[in-house]
Amino acid sequence: MALLQNNFPTFLQGFGYTLLSSIIALIGSMILGTGFAIMQIVPQKWIQKIGNIYVQVFRNIPLLIITFFFFLVVSKYIKMSGFTSGTVALMLYTSAFIAETVRAGILAVNTGQMEGARANGLSFAQAMRYIVLPQAFRISLPSLGNQFINLVKNSSILAFVGGLDLMYQGNMIAANTFDTFSTYIIVAIFYLILTLPLSYYIQHLERKLKRAA
Amino acid sequence: MSMIEFKNVEKYYGDFHALKNVNLKIDEGETVVLIGPSGSGKSTLIRTVNGLEEIQEGQLLVNGFDLHDPKTDMNRIRKNVGMVFQHFNLYDNKTTLENIMLAPRLVLKRDEAENKKIAMELLEKVGLADKAANMPSELSGGQKQRAAIARSLAMRPKALLFDEPTSALDPEMVGDVLDVMRDIAKDSSMTMLVVTHEMSFAKAVADRVIFMADGQVLEDSTTQEFFDSPKEARAQQFLSQVEHH
Ligand SMILES: Nc1ncnc2c1ncn2[C@@H]1O[C@H](COP(=O)(O)OP(=O)(O)OP(=O)(O)O)[C@@H](O)[C@H]1O
Ligand SMILES: [Mg+2]
Repeated sequence: MALLQNNFPTFLQGFGYTLLSSIIALIGSMILGTGFAIMQIVPQKWIQKIGNIYVQVFRNIPLLIITFFFFLVVSKYIKMSGFTSGTVALMLYTSAFIAETVRAGILAVNTGQMEGARANGLSFAQAMRYIVLPQAFRISLPSLGNQFINLVKNSSILAFVGGLDLMYQGNMIAANTFDTFSTYIIVAIFYLILTLPLSYYIQHLERKLKRAA
Repeated sequence: MSMIEFKNVEKYYGDFHALKNVNLKIDEGETVVLIGPSGSGKSTLIRTVNGLEEIQEGQLLVNGFDLHDPKTDMNRIRKNVGMVFQHFNLYDNKTTLENIMLAPRLVLKRDEAENKKIAMELLEKVGLADKAANMPSELSGGQKQRAAIARSLAMRPKALLFDEPTSALDPEMVGDVLDVMRDIAKDSSMTMLVVTHEMSFAKAVADRVIFMADGQVLEDSTTQEFFDSPKEARAQQFLSQVEHH
């Protein structure tokens, strides 16, 4: 407890950066992931190919390597901090998984929904936006929830590039106080403060959408 | 003026020849019933008319535009040509009212108050005013199909395509849907192309009957001619089969 009291501002700062990174990466990866999911199901073969290559590349490389790539290589050309490198890497990495999840959701929506919409005069984009995607998100909500929770936990890679996040501050505090055990318990609790409400919120949404259907 | 015209149309699914040299003319305001055995290409034919299936050869003129011309804007064709499906294809994530209002709002940019008024009138017309706020999953098959018809009508189309609109319905629901269709057919400016096995509907409503088999149009006659004295042996055989049902 004294450990928490003495280092509270530091923990809190780490918590803030983890939260910020998670929110940015979550929003970004949802947008990118949905975009690449749609690219993989449009009629044009070459667009499908690009979408598929993107997903395969980012899904099959360890997140840490993507992070180092941005921190060590890209940052030579575009100035960016450890926090930015880590957040961008996290966003791209997660977006590949989200693309797969959303794509599976789109494929699970009855093809009659798209046909009905097109026959009704909607463009492909309108049919996607108003009819297919809302149903696809609902179908993929449980696995999207998993991706979001993984994302929050994976944000701990920021620690490897001086990202000032919860894990980074935890490492610092543990090194200074030598109280490794208590420090990481506190760090774990801070992660739970983020992930548990997220889990419950997703479960709540699932139930709510099930009732609406 | 012809609303729909097929000129030497060929359609393939890969190697499979689904439409063979189809020539067909449907005038504005006509009601035409398309019949034929299963697998003869009825759905394929009707789906080419609003571009849900592409043709490989020939010309297909709809409302004056050639669908085989890559420059033709398919969305513009679909504004004028509605379609009613065997399995309804209502938007599962929208209420009945929203199903009807969505396309006019997005595609025609119809004013919201006007849109709602028209949608409610249509729901009234198909007997579903009390289901406006319900989701499709809460409707019976017959109600779904009437909602789907209302959705098509809301676009104020020049032509309506029906692909076996009553085949997925329980027998006691069929009558209500056919009544609605009969009502639409009375509008002298509406062009209707209907795939159906309901011969009584065809006899009562159709101006013409087209009989297909193996991807070919074998017979194209007035309704009376077709039912009184079908020319083709296969059409005779088909008729005796469906009439025994
Ligand atoms: N997407 C497709 N790919 C390949 N073949 C197809 C496809 N759609 C239809 N066919 C084939 O084309 C032929 C005509 O099919 P179509 O659905 O137009 O027949 P139909 O007259 O509507 O039959 P039904 O009365 O059973 O609905 C069939 O032999 C069918 O197997
Ligand atoms: Mg069919």
